[in-house]
Amino acid sequence: MLTAILVMVVLAVTVGLVLGWSAVRFKVEGNPLAEKIDAILPQTQCGQCGFPGCRPYAEAIAKGEADINQCPPGGEEGIKKLAELLGVEPKPLDEAHGAPKPKSVAFIDEQLCIGCTLCIQACPVDAISGAAKQMHTIIAAECTGCELCVAPCPVDCIAMVPIAEDLPHWKWKYPVIELKRVA
Amino acid sequence: MSRKLFKFKGGVHLSEHKAESNARPLHAAPLPGKLVIPLRQHIGNPAKPVVEVGERVLKGQMIGAADGYISAAVHASSSGIVTAIGPAAVPHISGLPDLCITIETDGRDEWIAHAPLDYQAMAAADLRMKLRDMGIAGLGGAVFPSAVKLDPGAAHSCPTLIINGGECEPWITCDDMLMRNRAGEILQGVAVMRHLLGSTEILVGIEDNKPEAIAAMQAAAQSLDFAVEVVAVPAIYPAGGAKQMIETLTGKQVPSGKLSTDIGIQVFNVGTAYALACAVHHGEPLISRLVTVTGHVLRPQNFEVLIGTPMHTLITLAGERDDSTGALMGGPMMGMPMPDLEVPVVKATNCILVKSNALFPPLPKALPCIRCTRCADVCPAELQPQELFRFAKTGDFGRAQEYHLFDCIECGCCSYVCPSHIPLVDFYRYAKSEIWAREKEKRAADLARERHEFREFRLAREKKEKAEKLAAKAQAARTQAGLDQAKRAELPAAPAPELATAPSDADAKKALIAAALARAQAKKAEVAPKNTDHLLPATQREIEEIEARRAKIHELARQPLESEEKKP
Ligand code: SF4
Ligand code: SF4
Ligand code: SF4
Ligand code: SF4
Repeated sequence: MLTAILVMVVLAVTVGLVLGWSAVRFKVEGNPLAEKIDAILPQTQCGQCGFPGCRPYAEAIAKGEADINQCPPGGEEGIKKLAELLGVEPKPLDEAHGAPKPKSVAFIDEQLCIGCTLCIQACPVDAISGAAKQMHTIIAAECTGCELCVAPCPVDCIAMVPIAEDLPHWKWKYPVIELKRVA
Repeated sequence: MSRKLFKFKGGVHLSEHKAESNARPLHAAPLPGKLVIPLRQHIGNPAKPVVEVGERVLKGQMIGAADGYISAAVHASSSGIVTAIGPAAVPHISGLPDLCITIETDGRDEWIAHAPLDYQAMAAADLRMKLRDMGIAGLGGAVFPSAVKLDPGAAHSCPTLIINGGECEPWITCDDMLMRNRAGEILQGVAVMRHLLGSTEILVGIEDNKPEAIAAMQAAAQSLDFAVEVVAVPAIYPAGGAKQMIETLTGKQVPSGKLSTDIGIQVFNVGTAYALACAVHHGEPLISRLVTVTGHVLRPQNFEVLIGTPMHTLITLAGERDDSTGALMGGPMMGMPMPDLEVPVVKATNCILVKSNALFPPLPKALPCIRCTRCADVCPAELQPQELFRFAKTGDFGRAQEYHLFDCIECGCCSYVCPSHIPLVDFYRYAKSEIWAREKEKRAADLARERHEFREFRLAREKKEKAEKLAAKAQAARTQAGLDQAKRAELPAAPAPELATAPSDADAKKALIAAALARAQAKKAEVAPKNTDHLLPATQREIEEIEARRAKIHELARQPLESEEKKP
């Protein structure tokens, strides 16, 4: 009897210690929900959701301060994923924040650029290279297509060019198969 | 000596249709007037053009250089003038154009200076680079750059080398013809592979429906100074699949998600070994290959074809017939329909199979899956095709991956036996490419997140540094002022400290505020757009919208930083 109690006590203490230690050791930094939401957001950093970037929007959703349908680049699929994560019903995209567009990258007409650096200051992901009074260029691979650089340009030389489908970006289509009618 | 063979699971028996094309002797196809050579002919980075339009090139001259480790060069298949470098039709199911170099041939077929390589005297790494620059890539279908596969890596050697002469797809006979006619050269290539990989056991697997090829290879193996075992394997589709050939010959299975080299085995196609022999013993880069032209043509046969020759030229040579319904590149099981017949022959082209309704009647309409699991019985990768189909159809890609979608070798056995005639493989290809695309998107998003976070960090740091500089300046001014005051009050030295610091503190603050104001004003002046004259109302509205958005973002973005700045 006494041994049984002793064994149970020792067990309880050890397990408690292990649990306590792991709570300290494996403490999750930051807000894990916001982190998960941020992982779903497309990271275009365009601000169309009404927040200065994807991370603040993710935090607002996590706090329940923003709805899940405010991100046009994420589109319906993004909303579906957010709804799945949060266990709520998906809803249509809020048109007030804009409509989804085909993915594009910015393109600077280098003949016109006067090198004012305004676009560099606007780009949320530092995807524009150039120095003062020098021609500027978009690093296409890093451009998220947020359009934030278009408006500040004083000579209107930045255009958004939709990404054309080419061989490396080609995808197999969903097979169209004729199903036979079975009465 | 007969070797104990193993049987891989699944597979199907197909009617061979080999006799059509392997009865006629091998011919070289004539030199076409125009060669179109794609720069993306292998897995990895496409080659980079190194010639210019208008330049005269010689046969075997490099026209596209390898770009990176996993890449291979491309070469002019004959002498002539480069007439175009730009997008042109390539043999891809999508019909999308890709970057190609077009050469107008001059009929002289003039070789560039070339010499054999003394491969035994070369450092292994140099030899591999040389092979990459000679454009050697796997000719069995996957076109993986051979130089990469010939690097044993950290293991320093690869004990077993398997030469794959399986060629299990119906209709195709180019490997068969190559082994019958050029067995000696193939084994010379094998010697180079053995040299680079340090292999001790060399096996050549050939399906037992090719007795002539087996005999030719065995005869050639006699005269070698190292042991090569030529093994006849049972003809059952897909015995020529790399993993299936490994299992048949060694009984070993390549674990899911691993490479064959992880279990000490490397596999090459016979065509690759031949190309390697040409490169090493004659200094000739990969500019031609054997192609089977068969199916609905008058004289099905094999040709030795220069890379870049239009497929239609070959079909004409083999005797075009009426009512053909297009062509496949490859065999009936895994081949790809060609968007048009003017596309060039590339390194991956083993067969041009011309279709007709009589030979390949269109599939009957599909019925729903009845879960009979016949597909699972024949799947050589030991998968559950019916489940994969269900997940791919509903877009449940996570589950599809859990069911090892990426172990599927797209052999088509499942579609072949499916009583409901479901094009199962098309669904797997769709699911795979969706998953790849999503992974790409995810990587792009991660990069954007990282760059954005870094920018935020940089902006905050710059702000802080500016503030610190200003504070340091103020501090300097303060000390100066203190000194001045101390000088002035040289005789009654006592009251200096408190009196001196109080006003200079206020000065520093004032300076800070002034600087901040100036900065804000400068920023305001900078941001005012100067392109707002003579705008269309629509553009004006758009600009206003974006401006409003930007203003809001800036406001929001500034808040935390400013409150931080106020603290000290
Ligand atoms: S709207 Fe733009 S900034 Fe907001 S979450 Fe979507 S991509 Fe990110
Ligand atoms: S804003 Fe326009 S003009 Fe100024 S640097 Fe950028 S592209 Fe050039
Ligand atoms: S063979 Fe066809 S019908 Fe049978 S289980 Fe497989 S997919 Fe379904
Ligand atoms: S195509 Fe894929 S799933 Fe179908 S039988 Fe072949 S390996 Fe199995």
